[in-house]
Amino acid sequence: MSRKPLVRECPPTTWYFRQPRYLRYMSREITSVFVGAYCVLLVVGLQRLAAGPAAWEAFLLGLRSADSIVFHLLALAATFYHAATWFNATQKAMPIQVGEDFVPGNIISGAHYVAWAVLSVVVLFLAGVF
Amino acid sequence: MAKSHKPVVWFPFAAGGTVIAFFLPVIVVLTFMAALGHVPAGLGYERMHAFAGSGLGKLIIFGVVALSLWSSAHRLRCTCYDFGLRADTLVATVLYIGAIAGSILSAVYLMKI
Repeated sequence: MSRKPLVRECPPTTWYFRQPRYLRYMSREITSVFVGAYCVLLVVGLQRLAAGPAAWEAFLLGLRSADSIVFHLLALAATFYHAATWFNATQKAMPIQVGEDFVPGNIISGAHYVAWAVLSVVVLFLAGVF
Repeated sequence: MAKSHKPVVWFPFAAGGTVIAFFLPVIVVLTFMAALGHVPAGLGYERMHAFAGSGLGKLIIFGVVALSLWSSAHRLRCTCYDFGLRADTLVATVLYIGAIAGSILSAVYLMKI
């Protein structure tokens, strides 16, 4: 018979309000909702593309609603936040050792940012934005 | 040695996270431009159809969509758990089936193009 039973004080639905770092973690977690929803939009887009020119044009026109613009703004924020936090984490996830020393972390993350910028410009160019 | 099915879930998750980080922001920018009424030339039917009709294009589109779906499903599963939805087996089953179904559908649509 224990006189002081263990009470685990960890409310399962509100624990992340206890510390700013938990809130930052959860704000990153939430981006997955918008990324997931955007993936569904991509699958729908493929279906419309396969259905022919009229369906594709209607799909593009359908994107122009106010709801779609709001969703795109949220998805933009979510994907950029996901990308930035992902690249910031690379220096912890895959440290590179050269001889006795480790390559400074900001060089590893920085290289990812540069690659991200280059790839994005290439995709924009291929898509005929400029 | 203990065997685990985790690498099977983890590899596409990590690959998907990388693909999402590198490519989704710019793809969202493209459809956002379309949403604002400035459809980029490359998103016109002719060029999109030609791209999705080529072998390399199919591979790229399928890779991006399937890996992003799988990674999102895995992350959504963790998100549900962290927000207090503790029916993990149910959540995981629903999300992974959704991701697999989405990937199969993408492959089917791509084959039709």
